[in-house]
Amino acid sequence: MDEVLLRSLTPGVLAVLVRRGADFAAAEDAVQDALVEAVRVWPAGPPRDPKGWLVTVAWRRFLDATRADAARRRREVGVEEEPAPGPAAAADDTLQLYFLCAHPSLSPSSAVALTLRAVGGLTTRQIARAYLVPEATMAQRISRAKRTVSGVRFDRPGNVATVLRVLYLVFNEGYSGDVDLSAEAIRLTRQLAAAIDHPEVAGLLALMLIHHARRAGRTAPDGGLVPLAEQDRGRWDTASIAEGIAILQAALARDRLGEFQAQAAIAALHADAPTAEETDWVQIVEWYDELARLTDSPVVRLNRAVAVGEADGPRAGLAALAALDDSLPRYTAVAAYLHERDGDLATAAGLYAEAARKASDLAERDHLTRQAARLNAHHRSR
Amino acid sequence: MAKYLLLKHYRGAPAAVNDVPMDQWSPEEISAHVQYMNDFAARLETTGEFVDGQALAPGGAWVRYDGEGRPPVTDGPFAETKDLIAGWMIIDVDSYERAVELAGELSAAPGAGGKPIHEWLEVRPFLSAPPTITE
Repeated sequence: MDEVLLRSLTPGVLAVLVRRGADFAAAEDAVQDALVEAVRVWPAGPPRDPKGWLVTVAWRRFLDATRADAARRRREVGVEEEPAPGPAAAADDTLQLYFLCAHPSLSPSSAVALTLRAVGGLTTRQIARAYLVPEATMAQRISRAKRTVSGVRFDRPGNVATVLRVLYLVFNEGYSGDVDLSAEAIRLTRQLAAAIDHPEVAGLLALMLIHHARRAGRTAPDGGLVPLAEQDRGRWDTASIAEGIAILQAALARDRLGEFQAQAAIAALHADAPTAEETDWVQIVEWYDELARLTDSPVVRLNRAVAVGEADGPRAGLAALAALDDSLPRYTAVAAYLHERDGDLATAAGLYAEAARKASDLAERDHLTRQAARLNAHHRSR
Repeated sequence: MAKYLLLKHYRGAPAAVNDVPMDQWSPEEISAHVQYMNDFAARLETTGEFVDGQALAPGGAWVRYDGEGRPPVTDGPFAETKDLIAGWMIIDVDSYERAVELAGELSAAPGAGGKPIHEWLEVRPFLSAPPTITE
């Protein structure tokens, strides 16, 4: 490596650059870069024309640096000139996140996990604990979900109904571990309601608020289930109920009925009754008719049979029940209840015991077993 | 410390002494039974001997691989012919004797008439991983 040669060539190269229009400081930087490059590559392949080589490399360096600088300036000026993002734009971004997390290509459990992670900001550990699965399992579920939606582009508005279904799934998981999923679902639905003006979003929010408000009354101190009629209504959160009802009334006034508004209306009628006896069952049956029209769901018709039993007597309830498929979840429990109300205690006790065997959660099973035991005890004492 | 699994059975175990189906008990007797088991678990938590406890539904099926491209074989939920587990509790105790002592105590949960059911429980030790030996 001939350092003397390099030093002797440097001024000439610098001069060429300045003559071509480069400012001095930039030209000197570019020449220095070219010299470093020469030290690196010349030993392996010395150029035939050392000065020409240095001029070419230095000029390219100068152009690169100038272009990068110009681009940076354009970006900086752009930031200054563009308007600041307003609150509306930020809300729209969140909304897209809701739609993305509820994308139809995801399974319900993946959609729920991704929503809690991306929109709710929960940690993977918190979500895993809420669903009682190992953290590694939940981490896999979430990363698979992320891969599934990674290529999704939003050129059309998403489906609000899917988002609402996901939020309702989160709500129904309820409380477990250190995260209260019902409260989390309410928080996310509130956020959604602030971002989008849709009567069904309001309907779901009202439904959640009213259900959640009655939670303290639903379980006995020992964890047992307390049926609606026996709940201590003093333990209900009246502020939450009032808020839910106000949101529901505003939504209903817009005359775009949907299933969540209808469900919220039924919940509101229960929450509004000062005692179980004062429940307006006739109006509840009417809302179930609306709900059946909107959803055509057998579960809705099963619940409707209970309401009919209260409004028009147990025989009418049993007649409504007879039209349904007896393999529906809770069908047997409903049949037991209606038979008991009709005075056929032996049949009711047998059905309660059968329903207990089919129950899917412990509190429900214990409750149904106690119902069977109560009627059997009554039967024996006669 | 070693882990043991205490298994309650729906059927398959020898009959309990106080053998009355639960739906023939009074609601108070059912509550007392559940309370006894909860208290038992809570007490073992304070002694550091409780690991886990879960209840299982009565339905269950045997499932077997049935060859390439075929759905798995099951025997269906014919509970009548099966030994079925109703629930488990996992304890982590110092000795086999302690595990038997605790299982005996759990078997004394009150049933019909407020008297212990004397139900048979199965006690199964966990196979543990081999110890790590560093020399």
